[in-house]
Amino acid sequence: MASISMTVNGKTVGGEVEDRTLLVEFIRENLRLTGTHVGCDTSQCGACVVHVDGKAVKSCTTLAAQANGCEITTIEGLASDDLHPMQQAFKDNHGLQCGFCTPGMIMAATDMVNRLGKNLDEKTIRAELEGNICRCTGYHNIVKSIQDGASKM
Amino acid sequence: MYNTNYHRASSVKDAVATMGKSDDGKFVSGGQTLIPTMKQRLAAPSDLIDLRHVDSMKGIAVKGNQVTIGAGTTHAEVNASKELRKACPSICDLAGHIGDPHVRNMGTIGGSIANNDPAADYPAAMMALGAQIVTDKRTIDADDFFTGMFDTALEEDEIITSVTFTAPAKGAYSKFPNPASRYAMAGVFVSQGDSGVRVAVTGAGSDGVFRHGEMEAALASNWDSSAIAECNIDADDLLSDLHGDNSYRANLVKVMAKRAVEAAG
Ligand SMILES: Cc1cc2nc3c(=O)[nH]c(=O)nc-3n(C[C@H](O)[C@H](O)[C@H](O)COP(=O)(O)OP(=O)(O)OC[C@H]3O[C@@H](n4cnc5c(N)ncnc54)[C@H](O)[C@@H]3O)c2cc1C
Ligand code: FES
Ligand code: FES
Repeated sequence: MASISMTVNGKTVGGEVEDRTLLVEFIRENLRLTGTHVGCDTSQCGACVVHVDGKAVKSCTTLAAQANGCEITTIEGLASDDLHPMQQAFKDNHGLQCGFCTPGMIMAATDMVNRLGKNLDEKTIRAELEGNICRCTGYHNIVKSIQDGASKM
Repeated sequence: MYNTNYHRASSVKDAVATMGKSDDGKFVSGGQTLIPTMKQRLAAPSDLIDLRHVDSMKGIAVKGNQVTIGAGTTHAEVNASKELRKACPSICDLAGHIGDPHVRNMGTIGGSIANNDPAADYPAAMMALGAQIVTDKRTIDADDFFTGMFDTALEEDEIITSVTFTAPAKGAYSKFPNPASRYAMAGVFVSQGDSGVRVAVTGAGSDGVFRHGEMEAALASNWDSSAIAECNIDADDLLSDLHGDNSYRANLVKVMAKRAVEAAG
């Protein structure tokens, strides 16, 4: 068993977990933060993206023990009283249909802005979404949402 | 995933010692290959020894045209390094096309090279740059390091600590990614420098990454994409799978090589 402790959305959390526990399992099952989704479980879809020490990471492909001592932000950690500008932009631009991919899309989008700035062109956004799959929207409105959200961050 | 015992190594020495005490341990760096493999139960190491916190294995150093990249450096860091981009832009571009941003934030050059996936990108760079793979025990020429599909000259408890190479005068990598996985269906890295012309092919060989002597000779006498036109790419040595047969790949190799020469200028 691994004894772990990390900061999730600003709160210190911890526990005893099996060493094989995935970060996404710890987040969903131990912390009950179920906004982070598991779409594929094979490292392709990006529904499980969270930020670890400020960087977007697939939490289904990271052990909880690997994240011991790290700072984690999940989709639940973005909003304050109001929605985060990127969340608001997905709402305003109809950037989701079923919503399953949306938490990962938004965490990927905020990471994109952190690395590349607020002025993102369509080509960059599409290339940067390589690791996020949506089965519903056809991506057009996701791209529009990210462009809009980025400019307001 | 079968259960395992996680250890976080603080130094290379500590990692080797922990490995020595384990039954059937494995090193883990970014985990972007190993963890999916463990989830599929294709690997079940008794112990996982995490190298991500070993500071001496991180970072990029450029002195003139001599480049050293720590084995624990992520694909994202290689892609973003301004210093490295000045000396050897081709390797930065290569790193920026591995997988996706989230994979690049975790995956490392050492892990990619140690894994030697026949469709991985870095092995082609190492061969074409004439790189040396530095381990805790010795230094191995890239030409001797990659010994076959998923096979390398590494011993079980040997750790890659860094890679070094001389930045070439010209170099470029051109990859035809599989549209689903983004791994190379064929990728060709070409370089021209003090040690001559090198052409390395990944994604296509049935025995993993390889150099192509005939294309190297043709480009050595005429550094122009037209020089490759008459070269023979032997389809018998190439992979056939559901994504493409060996004759398709033979053609792709030539097209990628031409594009790489054109990109290198
Ligand atoms: C969705 C997805 C897409 C991808 N696309 C591509 C792609 O387009 N091109 C590509 O090249 N790769 C691709 N990859 C693989 C990715 O680049 C991995 O990061 C890389 O292959 C392994 O690096 P790692 O640090 O994650 O290694 P790990 O998974 O941690 O380890 C891999 C192997 O190397 C060993 N190892 C790790 N570090 C060392 C070391 N320092 N010394 C000795 N042995 C070591 C481990 O024991 C293990 O056997 C993709 C992966 C995913 C999940
Ligand atoms: S659930 Fe992690 S990438 Fe799909
Ligand atoms: S909105 Fe349904 S998967 Fe993207």
